[in-house]
Order: sequence, then structure tokens, then C-alpha cells
Amino acid sequence: MEKRENQKAWLMILPVVVVVAFSAIIPLMTVVNYSVQDIFGPNDRVFVGADWFLAVLNDRRLHEALLRQFLFSALVLVIEVPLGVLIALAMPRKGIAVSFSLVLLALPLLIPWNVIGTIWIIFTRPDIGLLGHTINSLGISFDHTASPFDAWITLMLMEVWHWTPLVVLLAYAGLKAIPDAYYQAARIDGASAWDVFRYIQLPKMRGVLTIAILLRFMDSFLIYAEPFVLTGGGPGNSTTFLSIYLVKLAVGQFDLGHAAAFSIIYFLIVLLFSWIFYQALNTIGTGDRR
Amino acid sequence: MKFHAGRTALICYFVLLLLPIYWMLNMSLRTNSDILSHFALIPTSLTLENYAKIFTDPSWYSGYINSIIYVSLNTAISLLAALPAAYAFSRYRFLGDKHLFFWLLTNRMAPPAVFLLPFFQLYSTVGLIDTHIAVALAHCLFNVPLAVWILEGFMSGVPREIDETAYLDGYRFPRFFLTVFLPLIRTGVGVTAFFCFMFSWVELLFARTLTTTEAKPIAAVMTRTVSATGLDWGLLAAAGVLTIVPGALVIWFVRNYMAKGFALGRV
Repeated sequence: MEKRENQKAWLMILPVVVVVAFSAIIPLMTVVNYSVQDIFGPNDRVFVGADWFLAVLNDRRLHEALLRQFLFSALVLVIEVPLGVLIALAMPRKGIAVSFSLVLLALPLLIPWNVIGTIWIIFTRPDIGLLGHTINSLGISFDHTASPFDAWITLMLMEVWHWTPLVVLLAYAGLKAIPDAYYQAARIDGASAWDVFRYIQLPKMRGVLTIAILLRFMDSFLIYAEPFVLTGGGPGNSTTFLSIYLVKLAVGQFDLGHAAAFSIIYFLIVLLFSWIFYQALNTIGTGDRR
Repeated sequence: MKFHAGRTALICYFVLLLLPIYWMLNMSLRTNSDILSHFALIPTSLTLENYAKIFTDPSWYSGYINSIIYVSLNTAISLLAALPAAYAFSRYRFLGDKHLFFWLLTNRMAPPAVFLLPFFQLYSTVGLIDTHIAVALAHCLFNVPLAVWILEGFMSGVPREIDETAYLDGYRFPRFFLTVFLPLIRTGVGVTAFFCFMFSWVELLFARTLTTTEAKPIAAVMTRTVSATGLDWGLLAAAGVLTIVPGALVIWFVRNYMAKGFALGRV
């Protein structure tokens, strides 16, 4: 059945628009305003046009941070989404085991982000941390404060540990929304497990997986607290992601205009890629929905 | 056989998932000097003094109370605003619907660092600094779009024929929505409530910027111990363990909504 046209639907949307616009519009305009000025003090500012934007576009350290950011987000998506779907498929469907599984899954998601970084500092310490101690006692030297490679491994482990449950919970909720009749029909047709996944479960999970992929993309691209606490962007600059560099610029050098221009470009990059993902996920495989 | 392999893999996954949390629990039951002096897979000298400090020191436990207040407010506001909006998005076409839907999402895409100053100015201007409602409102920026989005997905999964049939049966919209439609999407409501709670609970930057003392969240209280000379790992770990408890309770209460699944054909 087609959606009906109904302009009165705006009345149902209105509360959401008001609540979100209250916090969204004025701060965004203020940041745009900062980005075209050189600010020395509350009443001492000079209009500089697009200078800050040019500075951002020509900043080599920023380009490096951007590359790292893309690598990080790509790894996050490639690892967490398939892993999350697999775990959701393996989850129990009935009984008390479901309740316990759901609570267990939620645990990493509920720890404040700065605390996650702190816990992983000590968890990976070679002398008194469970992970660091175990790896080093296996005879492998592992220290994320010295080796960029180890720092990346640690960050990815932390990230996968922290956020895969989000994908699982969404995928699981999507699976639970499939009526039993679909499975019964598939059994009657003699469909294999793969067929069931490919033609029933995956299409039915499209909505929740779109949410999961976009959320994981946005949040991993904007990640700040966990790597900042765990590695501080080091060793060297090897884990300096965009947000960490942005804060260094905004707080360390107190260049509000520069940081604002950076924020806007940063925002536009996230926007562009989210839009591409959103469009792609909304159209991909629609031919399969019979 | 295949079933068996899946179950084994799942158990392995849960063990790995619990390791860092076990380590936090382990540390929370030891004194700081004990933690720093040696590696102990199973702590030998258990102590509850870290927890005792959190439960007796107002600067600690008020952090939990503040967080719970603004997170609950935020979850309630997000759900109440998002339910009708998600219904409108899933059922009707109207001017600018697609653009509006994506605009809502864009509010999750801005890097917060530089936005904190204008946020502080905005909430100072309206006189809300250091109140719970300020943080609850600020968190709507990322929770309301998420709530609309998740709910819209679940609502679109309900055939529109159900609405039509109910209207033909003489239901008016509010009664239809509350007694027929809402029960059909309770899985979605449960998931949404949990996600709103979770994202608001773990967010630090806005919550810290908009509060000073009266509504200071637990995550900000915990950064204070981090910056103090000589980190007290035991205390921090105990506080970390306690940050998990409220959310775990929330998911325990919504688990049935998530687990019961869909009951189509109930109308």
C-alpha cells in the first residue's frame, strides 16, 4: 500500500523539530561565524574570510589524521558489522538465556567513554593488566605506548569490544521482528540455512543494519575520548585521529577560528559519507525484495 | 551440529566480552597499592572500601543521582517526541519529509569539541546552566534523531492495512495508537529506550560543559580522580562497575520487549 499524502503530518513532526532545532541551529551558526574571523578576545575580532578554510585544506598533519581516520572507520565497519550479524544469528531465541545474553551484550556499551579508555590502560599494562600480562607471558612483546602497531591493535580490540554489541543488539532486534510464518514458509519450500539468511533475514535486517552501519561510521569517525585517554594520540602521532587533532588545535593553540573552520569541513566530510551510505543502503538489493 | 558450533562460538564471545569487565571488578575489590604492586588473576585480599567511599561521599554518589535524573528525563523526552514523528514518517508523505529525516540525522555528525562554547553560551542565555533539564535537552540533539530513526524502521515493518482496518473498526487515532499500534512495535520501543538511555549515560562532553556542581554527571566526577595526582585505580574501577548497574537494570526491564518479538495478527 502506498503512503498517503498528508500535510498535517507536520504537526506530528513539530515537537521533534522544535526540540532538536533548539540545540542545533544557533550553535551551528555560531561556529560558522567563528570560522570566518580571527578571534583575539570577546570584543577583538577581525574578519578573515576563507583564510582559515584554506589553512585547513593545506594542513599536512591534518591530511595524515584524515587518512588515519578513514583507515580506522573502514576497519571498524569491516570487522564489526559482519561479526555483529554473526553473533546475532547465533543468539538464543527463547528462554532465560536471551535475557542474560542481552544484559551481557549491553555491559560494554554502558561504561562512560573516558572510563573505557582508562580501564583499557590498565587492562593492557604489561605488568599488572590481564591482557598485557597474558600476551607478554606468552613471549610476545606487546606495549601500546611504544609501538604504533601495538597501539592500533589495542585500539581496534577496544573498539571492537566496545561497539560490536551495538550491532548485535540492532541486528537481533531486526531478526526478532521477522514473523514465524516466514520461516515456516521457507521450511515448506525446503530452503537451506543460507537461503533463509540471504532471502529472508538479510532483507528484513536492512533497516536496522542501515542504522548500525551509519551509527558506527559516524561515531567511529568522530571518536575522541577512548583513544585520547588510552594513547593520547601516540606513540608519535600514530593514533592522532581527526578529533584529537581538532582539540589540540582548539584548546592547545586556542585558535577558535581555525578550529571552527576545521569543524565545519570535518562535519561536511561526515555528512557526505553518511549521505552516500544512506543512499546506497536504501537502494542496494531492492530488486531482491519480491 | 551446526547449532552446537554457533552456541560454542557465542559462549567464547561472551567470555572475551567479560574479560575487561572482570578486570574492572577485580580491581574494584582491591586497594590501590595492592593493584599496583602485583598481578593477581584472582584477588586474594578483598576489600569493599572503594565501594564504601562512593556510597558515603556525597560528591561521588550525587554524580550517579544527577546522571540518572537527566538520563531518565532525556529518554522520556526523546520517546515522547519521537513516537508521533516516527509514525508520521512511516505512514505519510508530506512536504520535505525525506530532507527533514536526513536533516535530523545530520545532528549526530558534528564534532563536538568546537560546539561546546556556543552550547554553553546558548544555555547560559536561557538560564539553564547547571540544571538537569539542560543536559537532557542537549542530549536530545543526538538521541531524538536516533529514536525517530529506529522507531520509524519498526513502524514501517507493520503493514499499513492494520491502521486502515482499525480505523474502519471505529478506532480514533489516539486510542488506536496506544492500544493497537504501540503493542505491535514494543520491540522497537524497548530498543529505542535502551539506546537513548545508553547514549545519554555515556556522553561526557556536553554533560560536563553544561554543569558545574548541582547537576554534575558521574562521568565528570570520575575524570576528577583521573587528573588527581596518583590515580586511584581501585576507586575508579569501583565507580566504573557502578556505572554499569543502572543501564543493566534498564535492559533487564526492557528485555521482554526485545525478546518477545512480533505478534502480528493480533488485531
